Amino acid sequence: MSINTQAPAEVHIHRDDIGARMGMWLFVFTELILFGGMFIIYSVYRYAHPADFHLAATELNTIIGTFNTIILLTSSLTMALSITAIQNNNRSLSLLFQFLTILLALFFMVNKYFEWMAKINHGLFPGSDELLSKSAGEILFFGLYYVMTGLHGVHVLIGMVLIAVMYRFTSRGIITHDNYVKLENTGLYWHLVDIIWIFLFPLFYLIT
Amino acid sequence: MSADAVTLDSNGKEPSYLNYKGKYSGIRGWIFSTDHKRIGILYMIGILTFFIAGAIFGFLMRLELISPGETIMSAQTYNRFFTLHGVIMIFLFIIPGIPAIFGNFFLPILIGAKDVAFPRLNLFSWYLYLTGGILALLSIVMPGGPADTGWTFYIPYSVRTDTNVIFSLSAAFVLGFSSILTGLNFVTTVHRLRAPGMTWFKMPLSVWSFYATAWVQVLATPIIGITLLLVAIERVLHVGIFDPSLGGDPVLYQHLFWIYSHPAVYIMILPAMGIVSEIIPVFARRTIFGYKFIAFSSIAIALFGSLVWAHHMFTAGMSDAGQFIFSLLTMIVAIPSAIKVFNWVATLYKGSIDLATPMLYTLAFIFLFTIGGLTGVMQGVISIDIQLHDTAFIVGHFHYVMFGGTGFVLFAALHYWMPKMFGKMYNRKLAKIAFWFVFVGFNFLYFPMLVMGWLGMPRRYYDYLPEFHPYHLTSTIGSWILITGLILMFYNLLKALKSGPIVTEKNIWGGETLEWQIDTPPIHENFKEIPLIEESPYQYKDNELPVEKEKTI
Repeated sequence: MSINTQAPAEVHIHRDDIGARMGMWLFVFTELILFGGMFIIYSVYRYAHPADFHLAATELNTIIGTFNTIILLTSSLTMALSITAIQNNNRSLSLLFQFLTILLALFFMVNKYFEWMAKINHGLFPGSDELLSKSAGEILFFGLYYVMTGLHGVHVLIGMVLIAVMYRFTSRGIITHDNYVKLENTGLYWHLVDIIWIFLFPLFYLIT
Repeated sequence: MSADAVTLDSNGKEPSYLNYKGKYSGIRGWIFSTDHKRIGILYMIGILTFFIAGAIFGFLMRLELISPGETIMSAQTYNRFFTLHGVIMIFLFIIPGIPAIFGNFFLPILIGAKDVAFPRLNLFSWYLYLTGGILALLSIVMPGGPADTGWTFYIPYSVRTDTNVIFSLSAAFVLGFSSILTGLNFVTTVHRLRAPGMTWFKMPLSVWSFYATAWVQVLATPIIGITLLLVAIERVLHVGIFDPSLGGDPVLYQHLFWIYSHPAVYIMILPAMGIVSEIIPVFARRTIFGYKFIAFSSIAIALFGSLVWAHHMFTAGMSDAGQFIFSLLTMIVAIPSAIKVFNWVATLYKGSIDLATPMLYTLAFIFLFTIGGLTGVMQGVISIDIQLHDTAFIVGHFHYVMFGGTGFVLFAALHYWMPKMFGKMYNRKLAKIAFWFVFVGFNFLYFPMLVMGWLGMPRRYYDYLPEFHPYHLTSTIGSWILITGLILMFYNLLKALKSGPIVTEKNIWGGETLEWQIDTPPIHENFKEIPLIEESPYQYKDNELPVEKEKTI
């Protein structure tokens, strides 16, 4: 291979926003496939035990579920608004929206906590005598319910930490109106958390 | 770091990456380095260490099988040994193997870049690899002892055994993430950091296969991640997912396991195929035959390879339609592999072949991979598979593909690139002697497995009927020859590192790709100036005589 040399590249710190965004999208794909594995398990077991899944789903509290869906969708909006705000060079507004996003995520987790605790107080938790006395399909339903909403909850927690770090970056001026790819990628992650919930909610709470 | 900030050494040359003084010095200059070359070396140390560990377990298993009955270990120890051998060789050696060592070191150089797209993420994946390795080692020393489930962790046994399955599971989980992050890094690197002028069809073929591999790593690995995590959760918290006593379906586990683990076979072999496509043109002095076919067949292998997983489960219970479809797809995936083999052979035709050590390993690869591939097609035929399932034939087959394929190319790459990586040359004569030991020992070790498996010898048994004795004996003797070859090879390479003749020539093999145009060993940022690419790689004039390199070193 013959080589001609170019003019020497100018001295700069390597920065590639498109590359960073591409890397984040790839990561989002891997997360979707990670949950995709569990959605496959869910569909196989629902197909195998339709009546049991129907029965078990009636145990879940649709009102708390709906409330949490609204909270999470709103938090996605505030996340997007915080990015728009920083693009418009409005740092304090961006900080406010990031704070609101964390706050909404916290509400979501608190709701989730009460929802889980109610189930556990009814004796519905993995390995409990109450659950083991039920049919195979119901055991599987609650197993998947705890694992999938639990893993989703872990993602919400990670998202909260990430947004908190971004809050710090924004207030210290590391994230600015012409360098906001970190915040944008955090936003991508947060929308991923949101979209997974959008699938979890109907599958567990609405389809009975 | 800009070029003008680099201090020049006494000869007025820029220091190589080995002597480069960064923010840290000493050992910290390595374990905190984000230089892709240093990370490649870190991986090399880890991966080859685990290879030696895995080889020792394999060697001891062969020793147990030298005669019928209990020879040196109990059945339970044997179960633990084949699990350790499998987990170490698959998750810690052969999956990361070529991409993590040579992909990290050479991918950026081959596309004319200074580093990968995310250098810090790259270092992080090495730490994940290290964590996974430590977890695997912990499974050995913690009370309960190493897992005895086999590397496949099949349910329900993996939920019920008392051994340290949790450590092995978490090791595989963490190593999966390391693999995902490497893949993510490589995809972005190939998209974003190619030197000006390097269009997709001017990329060296190894870059095509690293790229295809990286996609498989990104898209297939999460499935094994979640599946192993679910097994761990099921084990610890008794959540009903796969265990039939809790209503679960063990066959569903097998599907999810193989949805990753079959594509993983291509994560192992594709990079090897890429390196073969680099070595053959250099030592045959010919332009690669069918560049686009080789490039696209890498993508085709990645695509079709993701759709054949259930051929591991023909005996596990599946509909006739399912069996037919997966059998057909398995046959189809042989086509792109065969396209590659034909193109390599066509490249050799009328070439001026130089039988240097890297070329010997590469030619052995074509021979062994063809045996491995064809025995694989045999198993794609359902009626034959039902006869051969869980026999030593399978063990022979995948060792021909994995070790005869990927392992041999890893050795080829070590001999091909070592002078460039370290600026040291090994003893060529000893390297060739070691090769013949490895090659002959390999065939003595694994060919009898094909025969006795065909005759009905089950795999994973520590004992056998007397009529299988001659085959097992031959196989064990083969393992001694192979180990001798490996010891010679590693001795030769380590001795070269310590006191081998120094190589400063840029292009010792007369290669045409970018790594041969830069300093030996490379400087910290690879290129003093980012090159402008105008021609395709492998521009050899046909029948050009090989440069007499032997005399210069």
